[in-house]
Amino acid sequence: MSEWRFWFAAQKGTLLAFGIFVAMFILYTSNHPAGFTANVVQTASNKGVLLAFVAMAQTLVVITAGIDLSVGMIFLLTNCLASWLVVGGPVETTLGVIAVLFVGVLCGALNGAIVIYGRLQPIVATIATGAVYFGIALLLRPFPGGSVNEDLADALTGRIFGVVPASLVTLLATVLIIWVPFSRSVYGRAAYAAGSSEVAAYMSGVPIKRGKFLAYTLAGLLASIGGLFLTFFTYTGEAAYASGNAYTLFSIAAVVLGGVSLFGGRGSVIGAIFGAFAFRTIGDLLFVFDLDPLWQPLFQGVVLLLAVSLGAFALFRVKNRLEWFG
Amino acid sequence: MDTAPGETPLLQMEGISKRYGGVRALEDADLVVHAGRIHAILGENGAGKSTLIKVMSGVVAPDQGRIVLDGREVTFDSPAAANRAGVVCIFQELSLIPELSVADNIVISDPPKKFGMIDRKAQRRIAVEALARAGASDIHPSALVKDLPLSRRQMVEIAKALARKPRILILDEATSALTAADVSKVFEVLKRLREEGLALLYISHRMHEIAELADDCTVFRNGRKIATYKAGTKSDTEVIELMIGREYQNVFPPKSTTSSSAKPILECRGLSWTDRLTDINFAVRPGEVIGLGGLDGQGQRELLLALFGVLRGCSGEVVIDGKPVRLGSPAQASSGEIGMALIPEDRKTEGLMLPMSVRENLAFAAMDKVSKHGIIDRVAEDRLLDEMVKLLAIKTAGLDIPVGALSGGNQQKVVIAKWLMRHPRIILLNDPTRGIDVGTKQEIYQLLRRLADAGAAIVFYSTDYDELIGCCDRVLVLYDGAIKRELAGDEITEHALIASALNIDVAQAEKMARAHP
Amino acid sequence: MSDTVTTGGAMSRMPKFLRRADRAVATAFACIVALLVFGSLYSPSFLSPEYLLQQLKVASFLGVIATGMMLVILLGQIDLSVPWAVATGAMMASAAAAFGPTGVALAIPFGILCGVMIGVVNGIGVAYLRIPSMIVTLATNAVAQGLMVVYTGGFSPQDSATAAMRYLATGSLIPGVPNAVIVWALIGAATVFLLTRTTFGRSVYAIGNRERAAYLSGVDTRRIVLIAFAIAGGLSAFGGVLLAGYASKAAQSMGDAYLLPAIAAVVLGGTSILGGRGSYLGTVAGVILITLLQSILSVMQMPEAGRQIIYGVVIVSMLLLYGRAPASR
Repeated sequence: MSEWRFWFAAQKGTLLAFGIFVAMFILYTSNHPAGFTANVVQTASNKGVLLAFVAMAQTLVVITAGIDLSVGMIFLLTNCLASWLVVGGPVETTLGVIAVLFVGVLCGALNGAIVIYGRLQPIVATIATGAVYFGIALLLRPFPGGSVNEDLADALTGRIFGVVPASLVTLLATVLIIWVPFSRSVYGRAAYAAGSSEVAAYMSGVPIKRGKFLAYTLAGLLASIGGLFLTFFTYTGEAAYASGNAYTLFSIAAVVLGGVSLFGGRGSVIGAIFGAFAFRTIGDLLFVFDLDPLWQPLFQGVVLLLAVSLGAFALFRVKNRLEWFG
Repeated sequence: MDTAPGETPLLQMEGISKRYGGVRALEDADLVVHAGRIHAILGENGAGKSTLIKVMSGVVAPDQGRIVLDGREVTFDSPAAANRAGVVCIFQELSLIPELSVADNIVISDPPKKFGMIDRKAQRRIAVEALARAGASDIHPSALVKDLPLSRRQMVEIAKALARKPRILILDEATSALTAADVSKVFEVLKRLREEGLALLYISHRMHEIAELADDCTVFRNGRKIATYKAGTKSDTEVIELMIGREYQNVFPPKSTTSSSAKPILECRGLSWTDRLTDINFAVRPGEVIGLGGLDGQGQRELLLALFGVLRGCSGEVVIDGKPVRLGSPAQASSGEIGMALIPEDRKTEGLMLPMSVRENLAFAAMDKVSKHGIIDRVAEDRLLDEMVKLLAIKTAGLDIPVGALSGGNQQKVVIAKWLMRHPRIILLNDPTRGIDVGTKQEIYQLLRRLADAGAAIVFYSTDYDELIGCCDRVLVLYDGAIKRELAGDEITEHALIASALNIDVAQAEKMARAHP
Repeated sequence: MSDTVTTGGAMSRMPKFLRRADRAVATAFACIVALLVFGSLYSPSFLSPEYLLQQLKVASFLGVIATGMMLVILLGQIDLSVPWAVATGAMMASAAAAFGPTGVALAIPFGILCGVMIGVVNGIGVAYLRIPSMIVTLATNAVAQGLMVVYTGGFSPQDSATAAMRYLATGSLIPGVPNAVIVWALIGAATVFLLTRTTFGRSVYAIGNRERAAYLSGVDTRRIVLIAFAIAGGLSAFGGVLLAGYASKAAQSMGDAYLLPAIAAVVLGGTSILGGRGSYLGTVAGVILITLLQSILSVMQMPEAGRQIIYGVVIVSMLLLYGRAPASR
């Protein structure tokens, strides 16, 4: 009984995100002209999965009390790369996928190395590396174009047994293969510990640096999975600056909605995934209510601003004003 | 050592010395620890106890001396190295990670693994076991540390230490945050650990705890070991004498002889804040120096912060010139009509902006005095700053060098000077002489008295009993957030201060000592 | 303020803000000289006064925006709402011009005011709600973008810049000296005065160094932070107004190209990203450095991709040279 209580307390953020998502999704499908059909679910999940991968990437870094403002650009870069490499026969396609994921890992590791071993602030460091990644993406695709192995793309964006969206299954597999082992490893715990209290973690002999480095690296990997999926949906690669920026921004929104603390140490990728789906659904609500799509950016911006302001309520419990200053 | 049992000692420290800058923390200290015994370390604030423990547990390296464990000389270059050798310390500052669960924290330095991942079942088993050994089975291993009250967290610290399988367990004021019920549980645990053959080092200010627990006691004073004796062979009074017994130097200016009959500038009526301050009542008149005494961390710091408008949700009244006021920020407290100043505890993080110049730091609290419409009048500023530098004899190569380049004593003078620029009527000081040289200390004592004679009201917290005796007209002794005793005039003696700080009645202590020889 | 104060006779005779110049500023100026030398090898016209003045004019738009960014970075914060604060300033000033002569007269102040409002929201979030500045400014950027998209219908607005805006950005009151440069010089002079001679400036540096100490010294640190963000928002919008005047009209995402260069200019000029340390001279050097770099890259016909990569690499490597955090806690 009390075991449930602790589980519940620990998962509060995730459950809240789940609740918001379910409520929004019901609102969405019940007002959708087509209603709750496999098609609607597939479209929604395909859109949501893209943001979910990027949000997962952001979560790993945010847990360490850092931030990765280059995730959107890694996402773009790997999209452009995939539009060159993930083509041809099964062998070539497989090698292409591996190469794309490897580039994602490299980007993440570079961020981690600069932040942890170079001791630069994550904000500036990742803005700068983001510019580099975007530049490379633009080199790869000065104009939108390219192609992708359409069989693979259709398989991963279609439905399994005609019902279950394949993209959701891939997302689940990613969680099981990357997140679960990470969160249960010593390094995952080190990442949480470093985010929660770096001094206490140091005093307890936790491998802080390696934990953080792994978090940044895996973030790159996750962003590149997102980039691959973008290619599968669009069949092309495009280095669109605004889109990369938007994904970075929305990943932060999703993370906040998903109950991940921006101060580090708390939250999980699962919460961020629901946060991503909720955020996407909120954006899509405007369509089913026949509002002008022009309002969508504003609507999303306001949701984001409200979401980040929610955290401020803890402030009113602070009894010693010196705690404002950390 | 007159109490040595037949066996060879588990751990010996010989000729340990440690200096921090010019300050001598430990001088040729030694200590012998035996397995299966509880060894209490006694001494005043700054007697060298903490440094001794830090040396023993690998946090700081000694300048001189050697540590012998099991007859072999060892060096610990990190806390982890000491842990591996079986020396585990429970520090006063908690080393728990707030966002992780109790079980996560207990196994943090070496979690059990299965297939490369943390084995949660095994982790939980270890945690439950360790909590049970610590007598804290009521703590759920899945609870988050940040949700536990301070006393429970302390128990988790103890469990965490036990999970490391120590041979020597050091408890540094480990009971200070505990409730009475917890303390007795911890005592049971400690006694059982003694049976199991562990060596326990116990540092506490609570005399009755030591009387109940300890087999051996060692008294430290001024960084030196003074005596080791078998517990129960000395009375409380004798122990206090051992802790004090140092040459007394008169470095203090004479106190004012006329008792002030003026109306109080500052009055505190029933001031309370969370569980850290309880019903504080006192009044300060112009010309008075009021000391705050007691052990470190009994609410003195909070009291000063509450007066200065930093704490939220205080109940009770602060009365200035007979009128109740609401102070919601340092800006209000230091405004002209209130005229308060606070010399904070830590000059490096609270008093100064170290990379900024002496000029910018000195003028910072009084910028309104040297500016017009927000524009700084450099001529007026230079004049006032020069005056202040001369008045306090601040040794600096110029006004435009970074204040961080000055010596500690001169930095502290800058902190005080920056507030004197405002000509405050009420001056609150939070342990202003900590870690500075004797010469500067004397100058500060003289300055405080001069300010008081000029009509300022001074509230002065110090961890150094000599200062309270030498400087203060009255001393309020705090214990657990409340004023336990007020000492005035000749009552302010070392004996009275220590006895009331430890919250024991001196007369009764004597009686008890006679009843149990 | 600097760790390498030279006490030579020549240095002590220099104005104070120059004496404070540290290694980073010197490095930045050295890089400017190196770029000029390199550029002149590429094309002899690189050192001609016309070309240099043209560069200064282009630099002044970035200079105005970077000034606001510097204020915020000195506090130890960051302003990521620059892109749409710039666009909002440009669009709103142009929009006001459509409202008759009063609108035309008030176009510039109105554009700036809109930026100030964005800054105020940022400031409230950072100072009073204590949300990390990076997050709250990203959010206000999104809101500003949303508002502008709704207003313009997602297309570049048809309103064109007023004559006054164009005159400020492209005219020259003093023959040969572009007005934009004069505007930047005035704003720069005001900023130097603000930072070195006023209680506000002292408080900004103090908060960047140690907000706790500044608060305990009786400074209303929250108000200072709010004002600094408001000024930064206003300056971003003013940069947008100038850009709109330069291009005769506002455009969607016209501000995107200014966020990274603004941060880079401030940081390359030796201002610590952690706050509390830095001089305006450094920012000037950083702005000119970035502008020259851009100019050389475009003279070399380096595509946008290459420019982005070089930016990123230059920033990271210069920061690794002198912007690292202390080794351990």
